[in-house]
Amino acid sequence: MRRRAVAPAVSSAVRQAVSVALATGLYGVSFGALSVVAGLDVWQTMALSLVMFSGGSQFAFIGVAGSGGSPGAAIATAALVGLRNALYGPQVAPLIEVTGPRRLLAAQLTIDESTAVGTAQRDPAAARAGFWWTGAGVFLLWNAFTLVGALVGDSAGDPRRYGLDAAAAAAFLALVWPRLSNRTAQAVAGAAVVVALSTTPVLPSGVPVLLAAAVAVLVGVLWRSRPAAAVTDAVASHQSEGASVRRVEEPGS
Amino acid sequence: MKGAVLWLAVVAAGVATFAIKLVGHLLPRHWLAKPQVARVAALVTVALLSALVAVQAATRGGHVVLDSRLAGLGAAAVALVAKAPFVVVVLVAAVVTALLRWAGLP
Repeated sequence: MRRRAVAPAVSSAVRQAVSVALATGLYGVSFGALSVVAGLDVWQTMALSLVMFSGGSQFAFIGVAGSGGSPGAAIATAALVGLRNALYGPQVAPLIEVTGPRRLLAAQLTIDESTAVGTAQRDPAAARAGFWWTGAGVFLLWNAFTLVGALVGDSAGDPRRYGLDAAAAAAFLALVWPRLSNRTAQAVAGAAVVVALSTTPVLPSGVPVLLAAAVAVLVGVLWRSRPAAAVTDAVASHQSEGASVRRVEEPGS
Repeated sequence: MKGAVLWLAVVAAGVATFAIKLVGHLLPRHWLAKPQVARVAALVTVALLSALVAVQAATRGGHVVLDSRLAGLGAAAVALVAKAPFVVVVLVAAVVTALLRWAGLP
């Protein structure tokens, strides 16, 4: 009896996981191609997808590196874009309850998509299945498609001729798009653009982007009169994505 | 960045990103589950990605440069409004920009 009650929820979670993994893995192609165009070789590109394994951070790293930024600026930008992953741990850990080395594996697979699918399940077994299947599925496909993209990008020639510099900008736009659901986020986005463009002529490459992050910290700390609007929206949008899976093409990793 | 320096940056950034994920699993839940922490983290992500859009689309070599990339970005925005998948959004921007350059625009 009990198994019958649990199994449909688990298989539904696995189905969600597979469709999320396919949609997310596929845009590994664009990461692989743009990374090679930004000046990384195929191995460095694969190292980012295997070790960093967080789309937003990876795009940020190649964006700063490709525009001539310093190693420090590239590392800091990638780490800051990945900060939100630290907030997923407290949501995921109670669902999966692992200890020892498997905790390291769970941490590496803790990204937007696996957190969204895992936390969207009501049944505990389905939550575990959702997290692990999504995490492992995205990892496999993201890395496979990164390799495809890197090999394609390697043979592309002059990136500007194919509009690949604009493609990189569009990738960032697609990553930020689902996070602009409230006024505070929109205001911060606008301020970030102004700060980045106005300081580009006077600061070393990569620094204007970090300066824009400082603006966000200021707004986040000072703007206490609007409690938690930005966050609950961000978390809710991820969770609803996971729940219905229809919008997972909007990546967030 | 090139060669060994680039490798070092790739590895350091990868380790930093993994450490951030691990911290979330190891710290007591209530440390990170504060609304203000979550709000700042969400806004930092928005600011960094938005700044990267601007720098990637409208600067080159330390200068603000407006060229065909902006049209490509505009086309990508239209694709996003139409709820196109990520890969399509990126392709649309590339194709529009490439066509304008092929037609002789900067």
